[in-house]
Amino acid sequence: MIQRLFDVVVGHWPYAFTVVLLVIGLYGMLLKGNLIKKLIGMNIFQGAIILAYVVFAYKKDGTVPVIMFDEHHHAIEQASRYMNPIPHGLMLTAIVVGVATTGVGLALLILIHRTYGTLEEDELMERLRRDD
Amino acid sequence: MIEANLPILPIVVLLLGALMVPTFGMRNRAAAHPISLGMLGLFVIAAFGLFQKVMDDGIQHYRLGGWEPPVGIEFVVDLLSAFMLLIIAAIAVLVCVYARVAVRKEMPTKEVPFYGVMFIMLLGLSGMVLTGDLFNLYVFFEVSSLGGYALMAVGHRKAPVSAFRYLILGTLGASFYLLGVGYLYVLTGSLNMADVASLMPELVGNPALLLSITLMLGGLGLKMALFPMHLWLPDAYSYASSTATAIIAPVMTKVSAYVLLRILFFVYDQNLVHDILPIDGVILWLGLAGVTVGSIMAIAQKDAKRMLAYSSVSQVAYIAVGIGLANRWALVAAMLHVLNHAAMKCCLFLITGGVFQQTGSTRISAYTSLGRKMPWTFAAFAVAALSMVGVPPTNGFFSKWYLVLGAIDAGQWVVVAIVIASGLLTGVYFFRMIARIFTNPEAGAPVQEGARELPLSQLAPILVLAMALLVLGLFNSWIVNNVLLQALPPALQLGS
Repeated sequence: MIQRLFDVVVGHWPYAFTVVLLVIGLYGMLLKGNLIKKLIGMNIFQGAIILAYVVFAYKKDGTVPVIMFDEHHHAIEQASRYMNPIPHGLMLTAIVVGVATTGVGLALLILIHRTYGTLEEDELMERLRRDD
Repeated sequence: MIEANLPILPIVVLLLGALMVPTFGMRNRAAAHPISLGMLGLFVIAAFGLFQKVMDDGIQHYRLGGWEPPVGIEFVVDLLSAFMLLIIAAIAVLVCVYARVAVRKEMPTKEVPFYGVMFIMLLGLSGMVLTGDLFNLYVFFEVSSLGGYALMAVGHRKAPVSAFRYLILGTLGASFYLLGVGYLYVLTGSLNMADVASLMPELVGNPALLLSITLMLGGLGLKMALFPMHLWLPDAYSYASSTATAIIAPVMTKVSAYVLLRILFFVYDQNLVHDILPIDGVILWLGLAGVTVGSIMAIAQKDAKRMLAYSSVSQVAYIAVGIGLANRWALVAAMLHVLNHAAMKCCLFLITGGVFQQTGSTRISAYTSLGRKMPWTFAAFAVAALSMVGVPPTNGFFSKWYLVLGAIDAGQWVVVAIVIASGLLTGVYFFRMIARIFTNPEAGAPVQEGARELPLSQLAPILVLAMALLVLGLFNSWIVNNVLLQALPPALQLGS
């Protein structure tokens, strides 16, 4: 059982790494008591997914999907060696979305800090309860 | 020219609106509302035109930038998409009429950003229902969510805290969805829904496919507040401003439910959903749990907005039950309930907003004897409440009716029992409120002396929605026969 698990991980280091990142991110998002740390956890989680996509697209000895020309202006096409560019394009969009989400999150945190003077969840809960 | 580009028109109109509001509103704050109303009027016309076109000519395809699918992004508008778009447009324009007075009172300096962000949210939601591309859907998903977080963060003092919690969970949901799409992409090499669906039969039984469907269910479940992932919703709805709640509550969770339906029945293989991984069973039982828990929690609330928020949890769960039963009548019920619940909840949230304006409170105790002071508003409230309980001939009755038909077809008698029982539970909290509103106050109960009937611009949308509840109920057979039965997934359509 453990040997099998070991075999799976050894062949797939990048995947194992993204899984570890996903777990760290999830832990930060759901269990950390500080709201900024929750936001950082969210960023790690998104980063892990972005890395996962980039790993999907990777090809050993691959090259960029651009048609090159030799000195006689003949196109050198190496379609079998091209890395898949679509996941990269998709992830550019996902990074932009992540940045926007982080921005909105930070703006909310500024609002919370102005109103309640704290970003620690337990203190915040205490002050919220006093508000009622 | 316009006809050929009709599928993209709603998006273009909303984008223009999102740009025009800050541009003209910067100089003159008062310009924000008329511009929004005008652009939303165009949005309704575009949505209606698209609906008409799909009714006449069938499914519309639009290739963004002229790139051929599956490489390019494609908008695919079938009857279901057009139906959802029409709901979004109708709710948006009604809330916008109401918003003129409400927004000025609740957030006097924030009119321009409010309308601007509202356009961005509507843009995301419309994109989600129109697109035929899985990754494009993720982008629109996040656009609508970002708009939603911003709208929900303004209102009560506590609103930013609940909005932040929603942001964390909502992003988690969207990320799960993105990961699910990633697995699908690795398996099929395509992101186009129709293309993925055509490759699906070869993949049945592949473990990565099962993982992708589970991740997507988790992500969409979080966004549609499917029990037990509903915990963000009550706080977010009850602390947001009344206008924001009135536009978010009717459409946001429903559009997520639409995406779930679209992916389960139009992208994945029917056998996969039912036989190999009983994903429909999971949705059914989570839905049933949500129906019950939502209703019981709603009974326990002392705040009207919070009560409605819990009742939203239970009503969205009805849609999940319909999706989970996965037969013809159950899916018709799910789709009809999207429309019905949008109209009912919008009406009820607009009324709680109006009462908050008149009395300064959203607590249920503030509603004592308000029926005399605000007769028109509470006549509408009574209709909406009866519709929520499911009394004929209001439309709420008919979606439950089709749901029960679907459950009987599936032989699930437990579902029949729970649907009927939860109708009674809904009755408990609504009849309690109606009794408080229309009877004389008990001794010692505070009566709101200052409350007066709402101004016409706020009363009109409420009354239109209340009328719509009756009209939709009376004409439900037309909607079901001409729209919903035609909008079913191909495998479930009549004669197949």
